[in-house]
Amino acid sequence: MSIASFEPSTLLIVLPEILLLLLAGIILVVGLTSQRSGGLLLSWLTALGLTGILIVTLLFGRPGENEVLIFGGMLRHDWMAFSFKVLFLFVAAMTALLSADVEGVEDRGEYYALLVVATLGMSLMASSADMIMLFLAIETTSIPLYILAGFKKGDDKSTEAGLKYFLFGALTSAVMLYGFSLLYGFSGDTNIYRLSEAMHAGAVSPWLIGGMAVLVLVGFSFKISAVPFHFWAPDVYEGAPTPITAFISTASKAAGFAVLLRFMLAVFPAIEAEWVTLVAIMATVTMTVGNLLALPQTNIKRLLAYSSIAHAGYAMIGLVALSSFGTASVIFYLIGYVVTNIAAFAVVILFARSVGSDEIVDYAGLSRRSPGLALVLLVALLSLGGMPPLAGFVAKFYVFAAAVESGWIWLAFVGVLNAIIGLYYYMTVLKVVYLYRSEDEDKPIAIPRSYALVLVICVIAILAIGTLSAPWLDWSINSALSLF
Amino acid sequence: MEAPILSIVVFTPIVFGVVLFFFPAERHREIRIFALTGASIALALSLWAYFTYDLALGGYQLVEHYPWVPRLGISYHVGVDGMNVPLVLLTGIVMFTGVLVSWGIDDRPREFFGFLFILATGVFGVFVSLDLFQLFFFYEIAVFPMYLLIAIWGWKVTREYAAMKLTLYLFIGSVVALIGGLAMYFASGTHSFSLFALEQAGFSVDFQRFWFPFVFFGFAVLGGIFPVHNWSPDGHVAAPTAVSMFHAGVLMKVGAFAALRVGIMLLPEGAKFWAPLILGLATVNVVYGAFIASVQSDFKYVIGFSSVSHMGLVILGFATLNLTGITGAGIQMFSHGVMTALMFAVVGLVYDRAHTREIPKLGGFIKVMPLAGIAFIIAGLVSMGMPGFSGFVAEFPIFMGLWQSQPIVAIIAAISIVITAGYIMRVIGRVFFGEMPEEFKGHITPINNFDKIALVILSGILILVGVYPSIIAPLVESGAQAVMALVGGA
Repeated sequence: MSIASFEPSTLLIVLPEILLLLLAGIILVVGLTSQRSGGLLLSWLTALGLTGILIVTLLFGRPGENEVLIFGGMLRHDWMAFSFKVLFLFVAAMTALLSADVEGVEDRGEYYALLVVATLGMSLMASSADMIMLFLAIETTSIPLYILAGFKKGDDKSTEAGLKYFLFGALTSAVMLYGFSLLYGFSGDTNIYRLSEAMHAGAVSPWLIGGMAVLVLVGFSFKISAVPFHFWAPDVYEGAPTPITAFISTASKAAGFAVLLRFMLAVFPAIEAEWVTLVAIMATVTMTVGNLLALPQTNIKRLLAYSSIAHAGYAMIGLVALSSFGTASVIFYLIGYVVTNIAAFAVVILFARSVGSDEIVDYAGLSRRSPGLALVLLVALLSLGGMPPLAGFVAKFYVFAAAVESGWIWLAFVGVLNAIIGLYYYMTVLKVVYLYRSEDEDKPIAIPRSYALVLVICVIAILAIGTLSAPWLDWSINSALSLF
Repeated sequence: MEAPILSIVVFTPIVFGVVLFFFPAERHREIRIFALTGASIALALSLWAYFTYDLALGGYQLVEHYPWVPRLGISYHVGVDGMNVPLVLLTGIVMFTGVLVSWGIDDRPREFFGFLFILATGVFGVFVSLDLFQLFFFYEIAVFPMYLLIAIWGWKVTREYAAMKLTLYLFIGSVVALIGGLAMYFASGTHSFSLFALEQAGFSVDFQRFWFPFVFFGFAVLGGIFPVHNWSPDGHVAAPTAVSMFHAGVLMKVGAFAALRVGIMLLPEGAKFWAPLILGLATVNVVYGAFIASVQSDFKYVIGFSSVSHMGLVILGFATLNLTGITGAGIQMFSHGVMTALMFAVVGLVYDRAHTREIPKLGGFIKVMPLAGIAFIIAGLVSMGMPGFSGFVAEFPIFMGLWQSQPIVAIIAAISIVITAGYIMRVIGRVFFGEMPEEFKGHITPINNFDKIALVILSGILILVGVYPSIIAPLVESGAQAVMALVGGA
């Protein structure tokens, strides 16, 4: 693959990133100048700005027939990067809308600016083709997220979340960086597409390559919260402001997968069978641990944290399949998972806003207090549980199909059995919502307009992905093909 | 182009169900009328589909075929033949009568009918599917609403336990079958989920023998096969009346039908290999189910276990792998569906008034609700396989087919007829005749007109099929011939 020389039109490719940076600056200025005008302005400004960039990306960011490396091989312009960028921009816009009314966030310009910067980092993560660029992108994503997780300064849990997230992140980043430096040392190159050629040709022992693969996997596993690098997730999810929890559990996880897919497929073909086995084991453990630990949870945010660990495990099954369909199924899975999880967290935010609690027992009587909200939660949890006609069903179907296609039948069985455990705890939440009575049944739950918009968009998306999956699958397959 | 009758049948319930959620919660009357309208449309069109099916032409009719996910060879493909068109009609009937007997539900009727209708769409969808992916898709839609329907509106004592147990059993069964389905898809090399393509895929004998149990037993869980029948009586008992009717009347047929359509028809060599085991297990169903039914003191558990016993007959019929047996099983699915819906309707009427289902505490109900008593007696006669009622039309061919292939099994299974007669007579005698206990006298209100209509429709069908079997038998036989064409001579 040749590196395209710089032309002014190359800038069009990174237009979304440039605009994101501009947007972050504008938000900071508006945040400083519009004293106490409330969070509504900033949240809509951010959301609309991100939506605008999303449209710009869709119009101008479309990759051509062939993948190209730009900026001296720093970035790769391909379908994979494009799809993930669109996904991140969507999630960030939703998150901005969800933040409008959250305590401690309302009118803080820096909150929204950090959110936009993190999005910028993610879109670079999705397109990085060079280890240095990749590391910078990961840090550009992570550092704003550390701050955002601890954004509620007065709240001990939030502070703890920020610190814990930071310590875990810093440690795993360091390990990953060590892996990068070894890779550079043995190949003499930092570009991930030339690296593998150097390693193929060179006489690097497979054991060494394997060791390096493990080191970089540590960093990626942290981002996608795969076991055994998941320990931060429940505490961070619980302590962080809930919109940030939603953002970390969806966009940040998807960004981790984007990197994982690109890097593992490009750099380590030499030891394919070995790392695939390792990922298969990790997927098994991640699904099982995530689901089993979700069972005893009493706090909805912690429950969703463990559930999101489990979902990382399901998505990894698609990577194990090691086929273009398998990779496509991972991307499809992430699309379905992201819209579903945002819907679930939107309900959690709205509920906490009115009731002031994240405890599952307090959800009793929700179906009488707010039938609409209960229905959205039903749709979201059933989609997470893998029930048709919702996004989660087809997503799981494709992942398991990819596993069966590549002969990983036992892994598919592990997956479906885990899906049953998952369904069990989602149902226990729904049971509380629909079955149990509470004394506050006559107190309705207010749903501001920006939140209603998010709920409607997500529910429509969940149904659309679940019933008309063909265009999304085509898109995923296109993205996957750009890696093969 | 013809009107897409089957698609309208499949999607009417879910469209009505979704629209229901936009009704104001307190407008109970409007909600019920709207629900009844939806059910009437579904019933009318399923009747239309049933009676326009051209037997002379045979094969699949009213076929609709659109690409769904072309990349993977998934399509939306529906059609009816002699085997599934009675089941479509059955679903229409049970849905309609189910709405009628649920008229009195006062706790969130909007959600109740909404979830019930989503369930109905799932059931219709499975019956008419000609695409394996689509079949799974609707199958799961049919399973889940059950959880909410039982857990929210069910019998307070066991509903949470029963609902969870049911859902987990069925979900485990379906995902195991799903893996089998995926294995077939990839092994076929046809790159298509079409059932026709998979029928012709020519799987190796070893492949069929290996995967058959996953697919067949995965679905047969919902058909109530021993030893994974356990969810079923608990589920029946905990469910509210209309849901019990749906559950025993239709949902268990979904399992049996899918086991036949996917298990036996796509993997016939596997079916031949495993037939002895299935015969054995189904015989346990039939006999053991009947024995357990006869020692129950709870009215609804009697019917619940009788369903296990009767569904065993359906599976026995399949496992004969001959034309007579499969025809009988097909008729039994319809006959038992109507019969058990009727029985659960009557049980619900009795319980709503007496607030107990303990058989020894009941008595003399025929005096206050004669129609319900007569309807139950009719259902009982069907259950015993009395000539002149639909049960005979169904069970006779099953035993005949069984006699051709496994005479010993036929003899053992026939014991159940005697036991069934025993427990049905006991229930009729204790509940409807004899002296009414003091506590009930003057407190039992007569049944309302909606219930009466439902009872008359259901009992009418049982008698109609009994005295005029050619309304269904040739149809099912043509469906069974299609099965036999794949299975090959017996």
